[in-house]
Amino acid sequence: MTESDLRTHAEEIHEQFSDQLEIDVDDVVDRLDTLVNDYQVPISEARRSVVNTYLDEAGMDRDQLGGGGGGNEQVQVADVDAPEEWVDMRVTVVELWDPRADAVAQVGLLGDETGTIKFTKWSKSDLPSLEEGKSYALRNVVTDEYQGRFSVKLNRTTTIEELDEAIEVGDDSVEAEGALVDIQSGSGLIKRCPEEDCTRVLQNGRCSEHGEVEGEFDLRIKGVLDDGEEVTEVIFDEEATEELTGISLEEGKEMAMDALDTTVVADEMRQKIMGRYYRVRGPTFGRYLLADEQERLTGPVDADEILIKARSI
Amino acid sequence: MASTPTREVARRVFAREFNDASYTFKESDDDRAPVYVLLPTGQRANRVFVVGTLTETEDVGEDSEYWQGRVVDPNGDTFFMYAGQYQPDAASMLRELEPPAYVAVVGKPRTYETDEGDVNVSIRPESISEVDEATRDRWVVETAERTLDRIQRYADADLDDPAVDEYIAMADEEYDQLSAENYRQSVVGALESLQDEQAEASAD
Repeated sequence: MTESDLRTHAEEIHEQFSDQLEIDVDDVVDRLDTLVNDYQVPISEARRSVVNTYLDEAGMDRDQLGGGGGGNEQVQVADVDAPEEWVDMRVTVVELWDPRADAVAQVGLLGDETGTIKFTKWSKSDLPSLEEGKSYALRNVVTDEYQGRFSVKLNRTTTIEELDEAIEVGDDSVEAEGALVDIQSGSGLIKRCPEEDCTRVLQNGRCSEHGEVEGEFDLRIKGVLDDGEEVTEVIFDEEATEELTGISLEEGKEMAMDALDTTVVADEMRQKIMGRYYRVRGPTFGRYLLADEQERLTGPVDADEILIKARSI
Repeated sequence: MASTPTREVARRVFAREFNDASYTFKESDDDRAPVYVLLPTGQRANRVFVVGTLTETEDVGEDSEYWQGRVVDPNGDTFFMYAGQYQPDAASMLRELEPPAYVAVVGKPRTYETDEGDVNVSIRPESISEVDEATRDRWVVETAERTLDRIQRYADADLDDPAVDEYIAMADEEYDQLSAENYRQSVVGALESLQDEQAEASAD
C-alpha cells in the first residue's frame, strides 16, 4: 500500500481521536506501515489494531470514539461482490454443514432478504457458536471469493450479537425445466483433490493446483436442460445425482471396480436420465444452476388447451 | 462468462416440417461455423430434440457399419437418422435397440441431395436413449406448443417491414411453395392422436 493511501487512513484515525487525544499523524502512518507493509495485515485490520493501541494508551472505550467509529459498511448478502472487504451484516443462519477440516469451527449458509451466502468460522478465532435459525448482527467479517462465488469469513476480530428480530431470508434460487439433452464430460464417478479447502476435480489423477494426488471419489452430473427455447447447464452434486439416477457413491465405486473403468458409471447414468424431462431448482453459480431440488416430470400432460388454440388459428 | 460459446438450443419440430427443411446456411465463413437448417415456419435449427417410436433399424453401410434408424411421430411421419463410426454411442444404440421402442434423440440436422435432385433431411444423432410413453407424450405437447408459437409469429410478421425477423423473411423467400397450414395440421393431428390414446388407456 502506498504512502499516500496510508496517510489517508492515518488522517481518518487522527480525526476520530481529535476530540480526546492529541496524536501525531506521522506516528499513525508509521504504525500502519509496519502492520500493512511488513506484516501484510489487511488495512482494515491494521486500522483496528492501531486504534486499539491508542485507546489503550488513553484508557478510552471504543464507543467514545468520534467520526464514523471505524466501523464497516453494513451490507446485504446480494451486495457482496468483491473479495477481501471488511463488512457488517445482519443475517439468519440458514444451514450449518459439517466442517471438513479441524481448522474450521463452523461452516454453513447465512441469509437475509436478498439471498444466501456461505460462511466459514475458523476454530482459532475462538468465537461463540452460531445456531441454525437464529439471527445475528455480525461485525467485521471478511468477504472471500472462490471461482466466482462469494463467501464471508468470521475471524478473531468479528463480533457476534444475537438479534431479537428475525431476519427474513429471501430466495435467490431459480427454476429450470426441460429435457436433459446432454451429460457433459466430468460427470459420473469423479475424483477430487483431497487437499484442505481444495475440491478441484482431478484430470488423469492430477489436480491443477496440487499436482498428482490420491483423489477422493465423488459423484456429480453436469447436465444440460433444454426446453426448446433456451438451455440451462445444471450441476447435480452427490446427493442430487443419487436421487436422479438411483446410483449411490458406493454403488458407483463397485461398478467402476467390476469394470476396471470409471466411465461405466456415467454411461449407466446416461441410459437412465438422458432424454427425460426434469424440473430443477437451486442457486446459480457462474453459468451453472446448482440443483437443490429436482423432480422428474412424468405426470400426464394436458393437450386440450393447446389443441383448442391450434384449431382456432 | 461471455467468452463461452453458447450451446445451440435443440428445436422441437414434427417430422413433416423437419423433412421440408431442406434449406441450409451458415452465418460465418469459418469452416467450423455451425450449419443451420431453416425450418419452414421461420426459425433456424442447428440441433433438434425428438421423441418418437423407433420402428426400424438397419445397417446400411457397405464397408463399415452405418446404421439407419426410423423414428415415427404421432402423425405417422418419419424422422430418418444415420449413425456411423463417428457417432459410436448412437450407432451402438441403433444396433442394440429392438423396435418398436420409444426413443429420445438429440442430434444435428443434416441434408443431402439425391441423384434425382431432391434434398433429403435427416438427423445425425448425438445421443439416443430409450424412454417411456410419458416422456413421448410430453414431447408431443411441447412440440405442438413450440410449432404453434412459430406459426403464430410467422402469421403476425409483416414481411414488408425491413425489421421483420430475418429467419421469417428467409423462410418466405426460400419456401414459397410451402404453407404453414400443413404444419398447423400436424399440430392438430399429433394432439388428437395423443387424446385418442389417452381415452383408450382410461377405457381399459
